[in-house]
Amino acid sequence: MSEKPEHFIVDGKRLDGRSVNELRPVKIELSPLDRADGSCYLEWGRNKIMAAVYGPRELHPRHRQNMTKAVVQYRYNMAAFSVDERIRPGHSRRSIEISKVGRDAFEYVIFTKFFPKTAIDIFIEVLQADAGTRTAGINAASLALADAGIPMRGLVSACAVGKVDGEIVLDLMKEEDNFGEADVPIAMTAGGKITHLQMDGNLTKEEFYEALKLAKIGCDKVYKLQRQALIEKYSKECAGNGEDASPEPEGDADE
Amino acid sequence: MERKIVIPGDVVSDNIKMSGSGTYVHGDEVRASVYGLLNIGERYISVIPLAGKYIPHASDRVIGIITEVVYSNWIVDINSPYEGLLHISQYPRRIDAENMSRYLKVGDSILTMVASVDAGMKVELTLREKELRVLSNGRIVMINPTKMPRVIGRNGSMIRLLKSEIGCNMFVGQNGRIWINGSDDCVDLAIQTVRYIEDNAHTPGLTERVQAFLKAKEKTRYGRVHESRNDEE
Repeated sequence: MSEKPEHFIVDGKRLDGRSVNELRPVKIELSPLDRADGSCYLEWGRNKIMAAVYGPRELHPRHRQNMTKAVVQYRYNMAAFSVDERIRPGHSRRSIEISKVGRDAFEYVIFTKFFPKTAIDIFIEVLQADAGTRTAGINAASLALADAGIPMRGLVSACAVGKVDGEIVLDLMKEEDNFGEADVPIAMTAGGKITHLQMDGNLTKEEFYEALKLAKIGCDKVYKLQRQALIEKYSKECAGNGEDASPEPEGDADE
Repeated sequence: MERKIVIPGDVVSDNIKMSGSGTYVHGDEVRASVYGLLNIGERYISVIPLAGKYIPHASDRVIGIITEVVYSNWIVDINSPYEGLLHISQYPRRIDAENMSRYLKVGDSILTMVASVDAGMKVELTLREKELRVLSNGRIVMINPTKMPRVIGRNGSMIRLLKSEIGCNMFVGQNGRIWINGSDDCVDLAIQTVRYIEDNAHTPGLTERVQAFLKAKEKTRYGRVHESRNDEE
């Protein structure tokens, strides 16, 4: 584990050269998994996340079925090799908590009423972790859900804000997360409805509102990236198959 | 016609009376609920999803596979999160509950219709309708159920084209299963064409493209026949 740095912010630049309101670079790949109904691979700085969505599908055991709506199941898991020191595979106190809050972040946005008695399964696999995996997981899950064609009120975008050197900064990296003063992961819809909010560390009321404002900016940026990824995926699909296109477009087919 | 791509949460209209499938009303706006293509009709605005599962509705014609025989019912896989139930009384003939699997056993395919779906998503199927029967020959291919309308085409134009051009018998189930029967060559070609339609489902001018695709295939088919004749010489 690295040592605590003396200063997190020098001349307005953070340890990795970002400014206080800058996200880490994000790379999104949609549908990398053929057998899943929807999937997304997301790189967020040095985080590498794979998200897969299955469903709506039959829920077993039967007694867990809900007669009026679909049950959302969210599983967050870190690969044993995802961090410096190998972690014990399987559920831990931490992964159970993150799975629970992740599920809650999506239950509000998914139209579960459309699919009674079914399950919508979301799997988040963290392949490489570098702080902010729960927010990255939520972002990837949101895209995988859209990719699976599941009806939702909107995409969920998430990012973390925190406090280091007494300043509020966006999207904490590993060192800032480990030695910083506060970490606040937030997820919200494009309309600004917060579906997930946690706080580790202490903030004053004023600082908290400032953090919230900064998180809104961060989530907006993430939303734009998500949106762009979805639109690009479709246009790429059209271009990939369209090389033998007949020149005359005409509105045929489908009712 | 080029359609606009929308993602969940996009505002698609400010007239809430226009809200169609794939949309929802939020305040006084209509928003998209699925990732797909915007379809602006005269009375409704809807979003055609790019992916999704088949959800049964009454009077849908589907292709099912028997998964279980229980007392007086067959349980049928209809490629959906919900299983179908075919009651013994819905079999075309009166049969005895004792030897149901003599008539339909596990693994058999049926061309069936959704008779009713209740609030608890109990799906009742029937075989007592014209065209419906047990399938004893042919092949079944599966495609994404959201792409089914393209295989059928407007008022069945695409399916008519396929049947006449390829010369095989086809039945397109709403649940993404397609039954094809004919000579092996015909069925192979039909499957290739269906896959082509699936891959190009959201491109404009699909019927013309499929025509061109079939024409190209025809050439290679005859070309091969021609070559083999040359070999004989």
